[in-house]
This record gives sequence, C-alpha cells and structure tokens, in this order.
Amino acid sequence: MGSDVEKNALPSTLIDLKSCDRSFGLEVNERSGETVGLCWHCRTCAGGCPYVKAMDYHPHAVFRLVQLGLRKEALESSTIWICVSCNTCSIQCPAAIDIPAIMDALRHMAVEEGVKIAQPEIVKFHEEVLGSIERYGRTHKLEIMMRYKVRMRQWFQDMDLGLKMLSRRKLDLTPSKIDRPEEVSRLFTGTAKDGKY
Amino acid sequence: MKVCEKLGLNLIELEDWNCCGSSSAHSMDQKLAFRLAARNLSLAPSGRPLLVMCPTCLHRLKLAHKVIAENPEARAQEEARWGRPIDPGLKIVHFFELLSDVEPSRLEAALVRPLRGLKVVPYYGCMLARPPSLRKERNYHGLIEKILISLGAESLSWSFSARCCGTFLSAARPDIAVPLVNEIIGGAVKAGAECIVTACAMCQLNLEIRCTLKDRIPTLHFSEILAFAFGAKGSTKWFRRHLVDPMPLLKAKKLIP
Repeated sequence: MGSDVEKNALPSTLIDLKSCDRSFGLEVNERSGETVGLCWHCRTCAGGCPYVKAMDYHPHAVFRLVQLGLRKEALESSTIWICVSCNTCSIQCPAAIDIPAIMDALRHMAVEEGVKIAQPEIVKFHEEVLGSIERYGRTHKLEIMMRYKVRMRQWFQDMDLGLKMLSRRKLDLTPSKIDRPEEVSRLFTGTAKDGKY
Repeated sequence: MKVCEKLGLNLIELEDWNCCGSSSAHSMDQKLAFRLAARNLSLAPSGRPLLVMCPTCLHRLKLAHKVIAENPEARAQEEARWGRPIDPGLKIVHFFELLSDVEPSRLEAALVRPLRGLKVVPYYGCMLARPPSLRKERNYHGLIEKILISLGAESLSWSFSARCCGTFLSAARPDIAVPLVNEIIGGAVKAGAECIVTACAMCQLNLEIRCTLKDRIPTLHFSEILAFAFGAKGSTKWFRRHLVDPMPLLKAKKLIP
C-alpha cells in the first residue's frame, strides 16, 4: 500500500460550487434506495472498516463528495472498488445507512459513465468471475484465477500456491456446470437485460 | 450434508442451482445480481425451507426474496422469466439457524469424538454484519462457541472474530489481503488458540492461502469440525486437503489415535 495511501481527506483545494453537480446526490439516492444526505460524518464507518488504509477516501468522505456533487471525484475514487461490502460499517452506522448499497450504486455509475476506474485490476477480477458464471452458471475458480493472472500479466504470482491447492484437490480442474446453461447465459445478453428489476 | 445426516436431517440438493454472483455481480450489475438469485428461488420447491451454507449467498437470496415477496410486479417479471412460480413465503434458512434449533440432546447423541481440550477461537467474519434492511433478522453470535463447548472444546475470546477475511481482495489484491489475514491469524495465536473455526467456506480458504506467518494454526470450517466430532465417514481424510494440516494437532490432543 504505502505511497497510494492518501490522507483520506477531502480535496485540499477550494471547491468551486459552480462545478458541483446538484443532481448527482439524487441520482445516487435513487439508485441505491438510500439517502446519502443522512450521513453527518461521525466517521464510525472509517473506524470500523478493515480496508481504510487501502482507500483514497474514507467511506464517509466519499459520501461528502456525493453530497457536494463532486461526481468525477467520487466515481474515480479507489474506495468504491476497495470496499468489499462486508457490512462492518453499516451495522455500526448510527444513521443506519446501507453503505455498501451506495458503493454499489457508485460502482455501477462509474462503469456506465466510463470514468477512469481507480482499481482496474478489481474490475477485471469481477469480469472474470461473471464470465465464468455466464459460461457455466457457476464459478470455475481455477479458470478464473488463470485468466485473471494472464490479463494482469502476473504470470508467476501465486503459481506455487495454485499448484499446492491443485495437489490437495482444493481446486477442480474441470468446471461444474448447470444443466440449462442458456437460462443463465441469456441474462448477460442485451435482450434479456430488459425489465425493471 | 453428512453433519445433517448425523443429526437426523435429510437434505436434498437444490436441482440445477447456479452461482448467486457473489460480490462480483452486485458490484457490477444490480439487475444481474437480482436475477441470478431469483433463478435459484424459482428452482426451490415450495413448502420446504431453502438451506444455505454461505453467508453471502444468504444475503443475496434474502435480499432478492424480499423484493419478490413485497413487490408483485417484480415477482411477475421473474416468474415469467423462469417459467416457474416463486413462493413468496419461501423460508430461507442459514445452516446456523438449523443448528441453533437442534436440541442439545441430539448433538450429544451424535457425538462420537469429543473435542476434549481443543482450544478454538470462533471466526464469524462478516457473517454477523448485514445491511440495515436485514437488521431485524435473527443473529447467530455465539453459536459456534456454544456448540463447540457442548462438544467438549474450549472456546477462547479474541479480537478478530468479526473481522472481514478480505473476500475477493485475496484474489484481486493479495497485497491488501495478506496483512489483514496475518493480523487475524496472529491474533488467534496470541489468544492461545490451537485452531480457528470459521462460519464461511471462503473465509476458511482465505485464512489458509493468504497467511504468510511462520507461526500458523489450522483453520477449519464449522461443518468440518462438526463432521469430525460426529465421526462422519471420510472426515479425517478430507483434512489432508488443507494447506495447514490439522491432523498433527488432532493427534497431539489425542483426539484421534
């Protein structure tokens, strides 16, 4: 981590209110079903989060960006991708905000709007997992990891671990597939994506 | 499944179940996450509870089921998509809920290998944490301790029982997961534990593969130690799959010959 640990603070430069996007917060509320404005920045989320050290902004600081309408800063933060949705924050949040639901909304918006993704490696990993589900209806861990390592050009990282796991039969060589794979694979194609829910 | 058999419960695997999408689906695509869970719900026969082992699957299934049960439009959409009815009254039960309802006498009757003197720390990871909308659901804090103590083990208190294991960061960003896992395992060793018992299979895996400490202790999934205690066939053979083999510990504690 080291150098990429920011001060977890808001931008130190002055915020130009004219550049703030007033609709951003409402959009995040609508997508997440939560109310970002409820956050009063008590920082309990940051106190409990096991991952703050790896984030550029604390979770509540991302919400501050949303409250201020700083769309680009919020969607390009590493926090939204580092968050694993473990809910440690949301059980402690005195305002009962579903923090991971807001992170989900921000992640979806970041992908849709094509902003610069702060953690492309994490997105690549998610894509590999979803690709496996699209192909088999289930996850084939060995293939996911091999494809991911190739995409990341980390040819040898974890190779020894993978071999150890294979020899102990912790990883299956062949995927477990569902009987009706088209039922799941069509969820990934354009036409079946229609529908409100 | 063998554990449940020993307790007199007969399980039937959900026919053609699919992956609920884990962290990746809800991180990338809300609708996909909902629909992957909905397919599983459409496969569940009505009138029987759906038993779930993984805490994340449980959340995904419960959240999707909540939408379907409360919103007729969403239910109609998914029933049309899958061509199967979805029971709005379907009971979704975690393995822990099942265990907490088992009579202590039944556990005692199933006990073949008492865990006498085995010092364990319970590890729940993120399982006890959930989104505010599921806050009023039953909570299983203390269940691992309660059951393991009733089976003869000694449960120790420690600081990391509810610390997240790193989930997918273990694969995508090992540099973040390693210090986290080391802190957890180091905490268990410091508390005097001889092994860690986890509530989730992925936690078990992450704690095993991402620990770089010299001083390591075995990590067992709750169902593995129950299978061992109940003398389920093949349970000790299964242990050899672990990266940190628990067999030397079990031999040293004279729990197996």
